[in-house]
Amino acid sequence: MEIKKISDYIWEIPATEKEGMLVPARIYANEKLMSEMDSGVFEQITNVACLPGIQKYAYCMPDGHLGYGFPIGGVAAFSLEDGIISPGGIGFDINCGMRLIRTDLTADEVEPRIKELVDLLFKTVPAGVGSKGLVKLTPEEFKEVMVHGVNWCIENGYGWDHDAERIEENGCIPGADPSKVSEKAISRGIKQLGTLGSGNHYLEIQIATPEKIFDKNVAEVFGIFKNQVLIMVHCGSRGFGHQVGTDYLRIFDTAMKKYGITVRDRELACAPFKSQEGQDYFSAMKCAANAAFANRQVIVHRLREGFGSIFGREPEEMGMDIIYDVAHNVAKLEMHDIDGVQQELIVHRKGSTRCFGPGRKEVPAIYRKVGQPVIVGGSMETGSYLLVGTEKAMKETFGSTMHGSGRTMSRTAAKKKVDGAELKKEMEKAGIIVKAVSMSGLAEEAGFAYKDISEVVDTMEMAGISKKVVELKPIGNIKG
Amino acid sequence: MPYRYLEDIATADAAFEVKGRTLEELFRDAAIATFEVMVEMKSVKNEITKTIELENQTVDGLLFDWLSELVYLKDAEAIVFSKFDVNIRKNDVYKLNAIASGEGIDPEKHNLRSDVKAVTYHMYEVKEAKDHWSAKVILDI
Repeated sequence: MEIKKISDYIWEIPATEKEGMLVPARIYANEKLMSEMDSGVFEQITNVACLPGIQKYAYCMPDGHLGYGFPIGGVAAFSLEDGIISPGGIGFDINCGMRLIRTDLTADEVEPRIKELVDLLFKTVPAGVGSKGLVKLTPEEFKEVMVHGVNWCIENGYGWDHDAERIEENGCIPGADPSKVSEKAISRGIKQLGTLGSGNHYLEIQIATPEKIFDKNVAEVFGIFKNQVLIMVHCGSRGFGHQVGTDYLRIFDTAMKKYGITVRDRELACAPFKSQEGQDYFSAMKCAANAAFANRQVIVHRLREGFGSIFGREPEEMGMDIIYDVAHNVAKLEMHDIDGVQQELIVHRKGSTRCFGPGRKEVPAIYRKVGQPVIVGGSMETGSYLLVGTEKAMKETFGSTMHGSGRTMSRTAAKKKVDGAELKKEMEKAGIIVKAVSMSGLAEEAGFAYKDISEVVDTMEMAGISKKVVELKPIGNIKG
Repeated sequence: MPYRYLEDIATADAAFEVKGRTLEELFRDAAIATFEVMVEMKSVKNEITKTIELENQTVDGLLFDWLSELVYLKDAEAIVFSKFDVNIRKNDVYKLNAIASGEGIDPEKHNLRSDVKAVTYHMYEVKEAKDHWSAKVILDI
């Protein structure tokens, strides 16, 4: 496959490379990441470039790796008139995302009590296969969660009034319609509000590395200071979203014939955005996205309670505000510039993050001058980043950047290389206290199974798409 | 082994290939491969049984429905399964009648692994050969 180098950080596969490609594919990576990129990613991203109504380019971010259908790290925007919506371009874990919570506490205050803290949070934030949450809902209440997202949580005592404004979409995408969601999706997810799940999902206590505050001004706007303790949450819509994804994948698989759409991978099943199926899925997807915002909100509530009980202080006093919450598996309607004309598009991000630049109305007023906070989760061993979106991202990538470091090794291979209990000990020696439901699950998430996050983050920095604000170092981790 | 996990097909997910002399064997072993991803099955007792009835026009549709149903029950009823008795008949459509046995999820008792979110259509295939059936499945983790 011909891959042209556009710049030190951008590579392009021309639309002539594969029959049916409507636009070229662009991969963001430095020389090293590009040489190590799964060749399957090129196959998958060029398949995406064949989907009807795609605009400009099919993008893959530097954390890209093989996914199902779309690659992970994929970004694709489609015209509303003749474009499609694809559940496979969003993922089964609808609105899987990251949330970052600040505190006024320093490393010195928290480190002596980190074990207690990890033990307590492990109890109050259920994790692992099939885990149930502590919030009891009736089906009618669950439907309220779907429609109102984080606002439901705040009204029901699981949050503070100003929490919603610090969340992408204010924690509630308008237009969610529970009648488009199956009974099965409801019964699968109703008991799981406030749970982490498993796989690469985690809750992590982190330190703002003093020598790694890259942009002091933006850090200050985001409420970051040296040696500060922060908490990062990575999880999604749990069984509810997974079932919505499964239900609609079946529907789309059949509907494609009706609309005369053929795709190169069955997992790319899609339907015209404006079709009945497309609109039904979009409404159901919003229900799952809002439930995911609510899921992370209930977890934040538990975190605040946990910190409150360990430190004997009110969470408000400890400044436990949400910095931001980003969705990295979602499709959204957004205005973007196409050939000098602002156009509304349906932007799919699967394992990629919105990173809007300064001035956009979608960025909370408190951050609007500097740009949108972008939370990038690294492996549990290597640390994570808080970044900020740029104007250049708006012009180049539909305001999108990477979502994490990106896996390079399969789960099976990682488990062969390290034993979970051993890894736990090693991490403790390195100053990271871990508590996991599953030891084999822990081994699957070992740092060596991932790309070097600094390399990934630096690529997007050098490309001018997202800028580093602070690097965060883990000291405590809870996993499914 | 009637099934084997495939590396480097879906980096962050779980892929397996399964073979069976009959459709029943194929479906049973695909279910085992799916649950072994989530739990060490020998740590799970057969205390709860669930009867599952499904029908589909095609074999691959039926296998997708079968595995998706088990993944659904894992969350909806918080059960992990360890034994599957499967019966499949073909008249005008394929009909599955199965009993899945397992136990309510208990992290103290069960050696839990990674949760399966969904069965995907990525590289999904079910094939019939002269003397056996085979399938390739990628599970979203």
